[in-house]
Amino acid sequence: MPLLTRRFIRLSLIYLVAALLLGVLVEGRTALSLPPGLNTLRPVYFHLFMVGWVTQLIFGVIYWMFPKASPQRPRGSEVLNWATFGLLNARLVLRAVGEPLGALRPEAVWGWLLALSALLQWLAGLLFVLNAWARVKVR
Amino acid sequence: MPRLSSWFVRASFIYLILGFTLGSLLLLHKGLPLHPATWRLLPAHVEFLLLGWTAQLAMGVGFWIFPRFWRSRGDERPAWLAFWLLNAGVWLVAARSMPGVPPLAPFLGRLAEVGAVFSFVLHTWPRIKPPGV
Repeated sequence: MPLLTRRFIRLSLIYLVAALLLGVLVEGRTALSLPPGLNTLRPVYFHLFMVGWVTQLIFGVIYWMFPKASPQRPRGSEVLNWATFGLLNARLVLRAVGEPLGALRPEAVWGWLLALSALLQWLAGLLFVLNAWARVKVR
Repeated sequence: MPRLSSWFVRASFIYLILGFTLGSLLLLHKGLPLHPATWRLLPAHVEFLLLGWTAQLAMGVGFWIFPRFWRSRGDERPAWLAFWLLNAGVWLVAARSMPGVPPLAPFLGRLAEVGAVFSFVLHTWPRIKPPGV
């Protein structure tokens, strides 16, 4: 298994654990008398699960197992592949920090953090598809 | 990969970009409010990513790698039907919060999605088998 796939899959597993732990906190706020502000973490929980776990795992497996793009560059551009990995994870962390803080303390700085996170997410998806498209080959 | 898988996978990539684009607009709107109507994009964002990207990719890869019958994948017509029904369903459901869309559209979309899954299962079921059978 290539290095980038190992990075994708290990991080996806970490996000899976983090998402489910966050789910426990969000759902347990009443039973455990936790601060009601924890409800602002609900979208973060969902995105850690669907983007951090599911999408990241898919990206890692596609990078590993899809048909080779060409003999010279079997997995396409390595720069784009690593950029996808970096952008996706930077986006997840920025959102996980920025969204609850933005909901609790609506200062402009958190808004810009979310805007940056939005841009990184979009770029990560675009770079992934640009690179993976050539590996979808009919045989 | 077979032609149908390439269609499923390429369509799923397109939905990934569409879903991420709408999600980025929604997140941007949370941080720096754009327009109240931005929230109308939420159902399409969810639909594109859950069914258009994730479910469609799984179907495409499943059609490609599941065991075959000697050299054949069996009757491919139900799997092709699944492709068309799924994509029609995704758009009908995604359009639900756009102005002018009749309320019947998301219902028909969900029906199409159920039809897609039923059709895909019909094709795939016999391929879930031990080696050499």
